[in-house]
Order: sequence, then structure tokens, then C-alpha cells
Amino acid sequence: MNKKMTFFDWAMYLTTAAVALSWLIPLIWMFATSIRPETAPVGTGSMLWGGSATFANFQRAWSAAPFGTYYKNTVIIVMGILCMQMVTITLGGYVFARMNFRGKDLLFVAFLLQLMVPAEALVVPNYATVDFLGLVNSRVAVMLPYIASAMGTFLMRQTFKQVPRDLEEAAIIDGCSHLQVLWHVFIPVARPTLAAWALSSISFHWNNFFWPLIVTNTNEVRPLTVGLALFTKAAETGADWSLITAGTVMVVAPLLVAFFLFQRQFINSFMRSGIK
Amino acid sequence: MAQPAVKVGPAGKPVKRRAPSVNWGPYLLLLPSMILLAAFTIYPMLSSGYLALFHANLAHKEPVFAGVENFQTLFTSDLFLKSLKNTVIFALFTIPASVLLAMWLALQLNRRLKSVSFLRAAYFYPTMLPLVSAASVWNFFYNPHYGPVNLLVKLFGGTAHNWLGDPQTALPAVMFVSIWKDAGYFMIFFLAGLQSLPSDVFEAADLDGANRWQQFWKLTFPLLSPTTLFVATISFINAFKAMDQIFVMTGGGPENTTSTLLFYIWQQTFQFWDKGMGAAASVVLILILLAVALFNQFYVDKKVHYE
Repeated sequence: MNKKMTFFDWAMYLTTAAVALSWLIPLIWMFATSIRPETAPVGTGSMLWGGSATFANFQRAWSAAPFGTYYKNTVIIVMGILCMQMVTITLGGYVFARMNFRGKDLLFVAFLLQLMVPAEALVVPNYATVDFLGLVNSRVAVMLPYIASAMGTFLMRQTFKQVPRDLEEAAIIDGCSHLQVLWHVFIPVARPTLAAWALSSISFHWNNFFWPLIVTNTNEVRPLTVGLALFTKAAETGADWSLITAGTVMVVAPLLVAFFLFQRQFINSFMRSGIK
Repeated sequence: MAQPAVKVGPAGKPVKRRAPSVNWGPYLLLLPSMILLAAFTIYPMLSSGYLALFHANLAHKEPVFAGVENFQTLFTSDLFLKSLKNTVIFALFTIPASVLLAMWLALQLNRRLKSVSFLRAAYFYPTMLPLVSAASVWNFFYNPHYGPVNLLVKLFGGTAHNWLGDPQTALPAVMFVSIWKDAGYFMIFFLAGLQSLPSDVFEAADLDGANRWQQFWKLTFPLLSPTTLFVATISFINAFKAMDQIFVMTGGGPENTTSTLLFYIWQQTFQFWDKGMGAAASVVLILILLAVALFNQFYVDKKVHYE
């Protein structure tokens, strides 16, 4: 829209800006409360500011729950899923973009099913499967349902389809095998796509809650979201909001800071992969 | 006449040499994905259908065949019907609200102004928060005693209200959090859609003297329809898998007014350990998701305007 903005346009735009500020209030409140002294009363007087800033809440939160372990678990789970997804979506994307074989359509439908029925709807039978495998309460159990990704596979397929045929044929004439072609020709081309995929995969699994809640039951393997939810439930009875927000900030800060620094990359990544 | 060197088949065509063997390459490369899809997407759909036919709960240590009894129980259970109704209400409100809000935001923020990228970030950031943490922040905002929502209400002369404790307002309060969380995410798809609109069509409309309102309804809105469908589909799936915010904000209450289908499934299976009922409810959820996906694929898709 390069047209000149009318008075009406400006009125609309300013309304949008005002609503944007209200969208930010939960974020601002979260940070403000996390650094206000525990003793400052909530609600009365200034909502946001209760005196001088303090980092004591973070220390209290850190010692009230094993956030260090939660962090480690989240990082292991998120990176584990991402690494294995990189392999499955690259191979799958390549096959669907470049190979013809019997049953291709049928296998494609199997991938489509994953888009139609999200993993959340399948928690009951999947829990039974994980139980059967003896993997309940493990990080592997949290990762398993997400390693094959239809979204990622389709994204890679789209990318690989744009690779010029002659580039690939030249490599085959030189005697490269399929895997070598994939490695030397396709993967270099797909690097931006893989990076975009990584951002949205990391964000999704960093924030994932329901499945990890179900398959974990000790702090040794719980990720941040599950640990935080339990921590919050316990602290809410005492209405200790400084403590709750300090815990919340510790959980959300890495992604939020990364997002505000690399806004464009994140938004592009989410736009391309179409998942959360 | 000399015999042809090539063997000739019955139809007079040369017989092809038999392919050396099936090319296993593609299957091998797909194997990792296929094993996992089979185990965690396809098998669970079938196995919930199977388990739903059994009494499998604390009263039956070994599952006992029950036929369709679980489904009969489901559809006479007030709690299940209420959960189903809540889920449908959730979808009917959050889908149009978040999709239209997202479209509006994209129209407003598709400008070349310096403040635009800040405003986009302001609407998009909730996407980066875990829904559980966002929900616990909203718990504070809805607090009946000192929550900012009530402060605001009082500022405008209203009276304090227990938003999450009142059966009338609990579900709307939870739905609002979903809209707040998703609108900015959906906005980016509309921004991409707007930026790919053909500018010559709009120039032609300008020349023909179409006003902005006409241009929006006759051009922008129909041309965006693939994006709208895509976003509405994500919104639909989000509505039917709504769980995290309910778990944190209301626990399904008060009076089960925020119990959704997935919450019901979770409660039956992991609170009451009634796996048969949980599986039966899962079957209903899976069938709804599949039916809507197929409806999209074969009906709506044909009506949507594609370039």
C-alpha cells in the first residue's frame, strides 16, 4: 500500500497501535513483577511498580524448583527432535521431490494424515505405545511422536523441487550415488529452508506442554513448560506473583530475546513452515 | 526374411528386458519417517478405535469386550456432551474472531511506516510464549481481587467480577486468551498474502473508479481466500486441541463449563484411568478432525479462489 494515507487511514492505524500496546501489557507486567520486591503488595497502588528493582525473585525461583534440570531436559529434547527431524525431512523431501515409485501417493497420504490429526488428539493411544515400549518417563518418549514431520517433509519437498535438473544430472554422470547427490547438491541449496525449519521447530518444542506433561512424571526428565506449570500451581495458592513471574521469565526469556533480535528470520520461518 | 534380432511379443512390440529388480532406494530413504508415522499417527488412530470397544478401567483389570457400549455411555453422558458443546462453541467463536482480527491487523500493518515492524512484533510475540506460561499470566489478569481486568472494569464504573470462577464468563475468558495468542501468528500469513496480490488488478480498479471499500470486497477479500482458508484450518485445529490454557486457568471448571473434548479425554484416561472411555472420546475427536479435513480438501477447496 503506497497510497497516501487519508485521515480515516490514520485513525484506523492509530487504533491498531493503541490495541498493540494493550497486547503488550501481559509481557510488560510479567517483567515488571518479576523484579519487584516480594513484599510489595499486589494490586494496591501502582500495578506495575512496587518499589526498587530486585533480582531476588529469580534466586528464589531457581532454588524453589530444579530449573537447571528442566533447562537441560528442554535443551536435550528440543535439539534431539531437531537433529532427527533434519534427517527424516531431508530424506523424505528428496524422495517425494525427485523419485517415482510404486505406492508414492499412498505414502504421501500417510504424511497428510499427520497434518489432519495433530498428535494431541492421539495422546491416549500414543501413551499406551510408549508404555508398551517401556519408555514412560523418559526424554525419548517426549521426542518420539515428533521426529517424523509431515510439515517439514513437505517444506523440503518444495525446496528440492526447485533444484535445477541439470545440476543433479551432472552429478550423476560424475558417478555420484543418490545419497551423494543429496549431500553435495541438494542440502547446500536447502540450507536456508533447514534454518527456517529449525527456528519454528525449536520454538514449537520449547513451548510444547501437553504430551510432555503426560509422559513425564519425575523432575529428572521434565521439560521447562511442565516444570513451570507445576511450580506455578504450587505458588499460585500463595499468590506469590513475583515468584511465578520470575519463573515464567526464566522459561520464556531465551526464545523471546531471540525473537526480538531476529524478528524477521523468526516471522519468515513461521510463515514458511506453517506450524507453531 | 531374416528373423528380427529383437524378440517380439504377442502385440508385435519388443519385449522389454525385465527390470533388474525393484528399486528399494526410495523405500529405504522413507523408512525412518514411515516407521514413526506408522507408530505414532496411523496405528494410534486404529488402536483407539479398537480400544474403544472394550471396558478398560479400574473395575476391569483385563479389558472386557464391550461392543459399542462405551459410545452409548458417551452420548448419554452429560459431561461428554457438555465438553463436545464447549469445544464447538470454542471453535465457533475463536475461529472467526482470530481470523478476522488477523486480517484486519494485516491490512493495517501492511504499510511503509517505521512503526510497523514494532507493532507487528507487539502482536506476534504471544506466539513465542508457551501457552501454559501465557495462561498463568492471564490468571493474574483475571484475578477477582486485584487482577488488572477488574481494575479496568472498575475504572469504567463496573463492579469486580470473578471471570474464571463464573460459569457464564469462564469459557469466554479462556477463549479470549486463545485469540490474543493466535491473532498475531495468523496476521503474518495475511501479510504474506497481501504482499503477493497482483498490483495491476488494483491499478485497473483505481482507473475504473472503484473506491477502497469496493476494492476490498471485490478484490482483496476474494483474492485472500486461500490464505483465509489456510488460517481458518489452523485455527480450527487449535480450537480442537485446546488444552494447555484450560489445564492452567480453570481445570475444566467451574461446573465443567470449560471442559473441552481433549480435556475430557485427558480426564477420563489419566485422572479416572478409564482408558476405554478415553479411547471412545478420542475416536470422536479423530473422526471430527478427519471429516473437517476431508470436507476442506474436496469441497471448500474447490470454492476458494486460487490464482
